[in-house]
Amino acid sequence: MADSPADKLAEKMATAPILGPGHDFASVTDKISSIVLKRRPPKWWWVGFAIAFALVMLMLYSITYLLIVGVGIWGIQVPVGWGFAIINFVWWIGIGHAGTLISAILLLLRQQWRTSINRFAEAMTLFAVACAGMFPLLHMGRPWLAYWMFPYPDTMKMWPNFRSPLAWDVFAVSTYATVSLLFWFVGLLPDLATLRDRAKNPVAKIIYGFLAMGWRGSAVHWYRHETASLLLAGLATPLVLSVHTIVSFDFAFGIVPGWHATIFPPYFVAGAIYAGFAMVLTLSIPVRKVFGLEDFITMRHLDNMGKVLLATGLIVGYGYMMEAFSAYYSSDQYERFMILNRMFGPYAGIYWCLILCNIVTPQFLWFRKVRSKVGALFAIAMVVNVGMWLERFVIVVTSLHRDFLPSSWGMYYPTRWDFALFFGTIGLFLTLLFLFLRFLPLISIYEMRALVSEEDKKAEGWSPAD
Amino acid sequence: MAQIFHHSTNTIARVSIYGAVIVIALLGFALNVVNQTSYVTEVHNARPQPVPFSHKHHAGELGLDCRYCHSSVEVSSSAGMPPTQTCMTCHSQIWTSAAMLEPVRASYRDSKPISWTRVNAVPDFVYFNHSIHVAKGVGCTTCHGPVAEMNITWRAETLYMRWCLDCHTAPEKYLRPRSEVFNAYYQPPSDRLALGEKLMKEYKVQKLTACTTCHR
Repeated sequence: MADSPADKLAEKMATAPILGPGHDFASVTDKISSIVLKRRPPKWWWVGFAIAFALVMLMLYSITYLLIVGVGIWGIQVPVGWGFAIINFVWWIGIGHAGTLISAILLLLRQQWRTSINRFAEAMTLFAVACAGMFPLLHMGRPWLAYWMFPYPDTMKMWPNFRSPLAWDVFAVSTYATVSLLFWFVGLLPDLATLRDRAKNPVAKIIYGFLAMGWRGSAVHWYRHETASLLLAGLATPLVLSVHTIVSFDFAFGIVPGWHATIFPPYFVAGAIYAGFAMVLTLSIPVRKVFGLEDFITMRHLDNMGKVLLATGLIVGYGYMMEAFSAYYSSDQYERFMILNRMFGPYAGIYWCLILCNIVTPQFLWFRKVRSKVGALFAIAMVVNVGMWLERFVIVVTSLHRDFLPSSWGMYYPTRWDFALFFGTIGLFLTLLFLFLRFLPLISIYEMRALVSEEDKKAEGWSPAD
Repeated sequence: MAQIFHHSTNTIARVSIYGAVIVIALLGFALNVVNQTSYVTEVHNARPQPVPFSHKHHAGELGLDCRYCHSSVEVSSSAGMPPTQTCMTCHSQIWTSAAMLEPVRASYRDSKPISWTRVNAVPDFVYFNHSIHVAKGVGCTTCHGPVAEMNITWRAETLYMRWCLDCHTAPEKYLRPRSEVFNAYYQPPSDRLALGEKLMKEYKVQKLTACTTCHR
């Protein structure tokens, strides 16, 4: 029995380490910090950065044109007033959620395998939130009046409409951005100090030293660091659920068929984590390859992330099923029409594409063989990234374009500016990511050192309870 | 290994944390103060006019009724600026050769209106109607201030939306009897609130705060 190849694979995967063998404190520190401190970045870095930066220029160009001309350059028109801007907003903010889940919830649950992926997952969160935050602002049409959304003593005696989830969004997203940034920065402190101590370049010494805020690694420092990390993790944990819940309220509070559903909050949160883990996989697979970090981001990590992807994908699939079921069960002609229109209306192609990407494709992750193949995981993650974007397209567009009154039906066609801004934000995301890979340690050095000492203890025959 | 930073940076770092909070708070306070000055609001700024027309002399000392010049105030959204002919009803007889009035005579000769500089104006996206306010017992001086004491006219109120809403949410604080609307020296009675509430009922004044009341 135990000799069959499948069982061997099973055993191999279950016992695969979360840290390659033969590492000590020095080798871990060397390996990670040398990525940053090496003099010249590799050629692929320059190529990637150049492409990403060109896309940022495209983004700036399309934003400039948008500010001059107005949102009319986009494809939005009655009845579809929420086009790419809202689709992209929800997509980006969802992607961020995996970072927070990994860094906060898995920290509180003491899942050690999170250690090597949490740093760049958190960075991914920050950059995704930066991209997401732009869209509602630009969608307002007059972004220079964005501060009106905050309650402050203005000359108009106006106050944000606190009964509107759109006002909650402002606070949800800005809180999320603030907590994520603080959490990331607090986690970086000991590593910034390591870089400060190891840097040869005097300018780098000063910059890392400035950012390290005088970290000396004393016991008091570590104690406070630990406390702050746990507190921030506690703060960030509810945010994983609340932010996307509130984003889903933007839809669910409207009476539009296809939006007005109680399943929206959990279904959105699961979708966010699903999209986020797909993005973490998409990023971590090339990163471990090009930096030779297979010892740190091991097959065990990829396997675990594949499982999370499968689990959240199933929840999302349940969400789609329930959407169809409650439309049928409600006996409401508008709800029933909405789901039929989704499946067989003018946007049916996109709907079935979404089902293929989000429901069918991840089923391959049931197989250990698939989860043990890096290329297959990468392909599935990419498909899910696309699928989650299509999901938001279906929710936003197909619900709006044919609602109650057939006389006000219409079609939505994105324009080149919609695409320019969307690809532009992908460029911004990648640019920030390339800068991050170049200037900050992409894996938490001090947590990896802690992992080394744990592994040592195990090797010496200590049980985890000690 | 030499230290990267001098030990004084510890103090600077600590001070800057609290300093940032204080500086941001002070900046907010300063911004608020600047926003209330007449430089921003234009309240109390006498605006130069082509002819130095004095409301104090005409409406105050001579006692002309507001409607003598602003004749459409009871029937139109605009109170109306007087045509030069209105000026000439008197000034064809008195001060006929005063140098100060040369632009008025020139305007009359050439049939070219005098281009007064606007003092009180609401933005174009605001629908404002003088006649309804006058009919419901809002006095001229309630919004325009002590016009009968202004040598060169100045704006008495900010005309901010906040200011509009002060009255639209509590009209009883400002209403006066219709007979007193054009009284330039009106003094409210001591029971002004009771009077206001009575007038609200009598004139059927509503508290109109829907957006579309003014933004149509």
